[in-house]
Amino acid sequence: MEEEMHTDAKIRAETGAGSSPRGPGCSLRHFACEQNLLSRPDGSASFLQGDTSVLAGVYGPAEVKVSKEIFNKATLEVILRPKIGLPGVAEKSRERLIRNTCEAVVLGTLHPRTSITVVLQVVSDAGSLLACCLNAACMALVDAGVPMRALFCGVTCALDSDGTLVLDPTSKQEKEARAVLTFAVDNVERKLLMSSTKGLFSDAEGSAPSTNQSLPRSSSSAWLRPRRLRNTSSASTGNRCRGVTPRAETSWGRGPLPPPPPTHPLQPEANQRPSLASRSYGLM
Amino acid sequence: MAEAASVAAECLAGCRARGARSVLGQVVLPGEELLLPEQEDAEGPGGAGERPLSLNAGARSRVRVICGPGLRRCGDRLLVTKCGRLRHKEPGGGGGGVYWVDSQQKRYVPVKGDHVIGIVTAKSGDIFKVDVGGSEPASLSYLSFEGATKRNRPNVQVGDLIYGQFVVANKDMEPEMVCIDSCGRANGMGVIGQDGLLFKVTLGLIRKLLAPDCEIIQEVGKLYPLEIVFGMNGRIWVKAKTIQQTLILANILEACEHMTSDQRKQIFSRLAES
Repeated sequence: MEEEMHTDAKIRAETGAGSSPRGPGCSLRHFACEQNLLSRPDGSASFLQGDTSVLAGVYGPAEVKVSKEIFNKATLEVILRPKIGLPGVAEKSRERLIRNTCEAVVLGTLHPRTSITVVLQVVSDAGSLLACCLNAACMALVDAGVPMRALFCGVTCALDSDGTLVLDPTSKQEKEARAVLTFAVDNVERKLLMSSTKGLFSDAEGSAPSTNQSLPRSSSSAWLRPRRLRNTSSASTGNRCRGVTPRAETSWGRGPLPPPPPTHPLQPEANQRPSLASRSYGLM
Repeated sequence: MAEAASVAAECLAGCRARGARSVLGQVVLPGEELLLPEQEDAEGPGGAGERPLSLNAGARSRVRVICGPGLRRCGDRLLVTKCGRLRHKEPGGGGGGVYWVDSQQKRYVPVKGDHVIGIVTAKSGDIFKVDVGGSEPASLSYLSFEGATKRNRPNVQVGDLIYGQFVVANKDMEPEMVCIDSCGRANGMGVIGQDGLLFKVTLGLIRKLLAPDCEIIQEVGKLYPLEIVFGMNGRIWVKAKTIQQTLILANILEACEHMTSDQRKQIFSRLAES
């Protein structure tokens, strides 16, 4: 079924992005999404961020085993399968994060004693895997028609040793960074739904994303063509990223590695804390 | 393109609620809040200086608006819960009409009054368990057939196809279906006969095929003589004179979801010739 989605060509033209390498901070890799590509699940989506690609399928609301049923809301299950090998502890912890995020937005009380299962398959991993999984899960839930109180998107940031923030890092950038942070944000009030952090960063660096200044704002708009659902994501990037002049940029393809970013004077706080922390906030 | 950019711009502008009337026919996303027409007038721009002061400022005429699939009440606004196009139907009598979101889905959720095709999966005592494609099987009592009494039981076996309607279907209880209408007559419901083919399509296609002015069914009827049953749970049963004709009809109905009307007419004319 050919339902390839394209990013908006007009927005691309406006931002004037060619094949230039990514500047510091505020740009995402080229991303694309395709929905309704699998015939068995009730909803499916494939999300692509640069070279990272995740395929998601949603089954539900369906029958649930009596041992797992919850009397007043739906039981949400997330299964994440890595590209190679058996799922391990890392996959289990990611499944828990994705499940908590989905539980915050899905209206489970409309379908008590049912199960909604999200199955994610990693097709290729080139950095920002958790964010790509979150985006694919959201798109698949939308395709399945599961009632939700908001949409959510995931974004990964990497802080390198100079304190510069790089959004949507590649695997190389993630390895060289001193901290990698992943956030899930909803589309209604841009509230933080989930944060997962790993590495060493100061409180100031860690709290900047919660003010939504440096997060890319991505919104999904869906067309209903005759009997077809086309989905496109248009991203305009957040502009106030440590004094970098406002610009919106979408990068295409992988150019040569970016030059070392200009160092921004950021006084390292006295209380830099190493953290491997994940917190799910839910929607209050 | 322009529509998407404007929708994107609206979403980026923040959680400012839009009026339901201004969004009719456009795509809405989960999380959006819609203002009903009367609130829109009260909160809209240009209200302060231009409207005459009403003597009874407190009481607003409250029009009763029905909130259909894909929408939920959230305070005095409508919260969108599914992606799709917003639709509105004017009321016949008084009232504000119905608002709903036209969305596409494969999984069926039982709704009271819907006519569905089910497959009998189990017989336990006086009740049949019928799989309707929802989250749990529906129950069907053996007395819910026309002319059924305790002595005169209907001839229903496991694996039979049943066409019936829901009398109880809500999120808290097990769905129950019957094969008689409120007068006690079958009215087309009951066990579906031998042969034929049952296949599954999306719910949106069923609603389209059952619309009063649907050309597809009229054109299909001119092709071959056939018997066809539509279930609101996405299941269609079709039977024609030969197996080949049945399969052709099944393929046409599955494919017409993604075809334009010109392509469909081409296919029908080609089939009519052969």
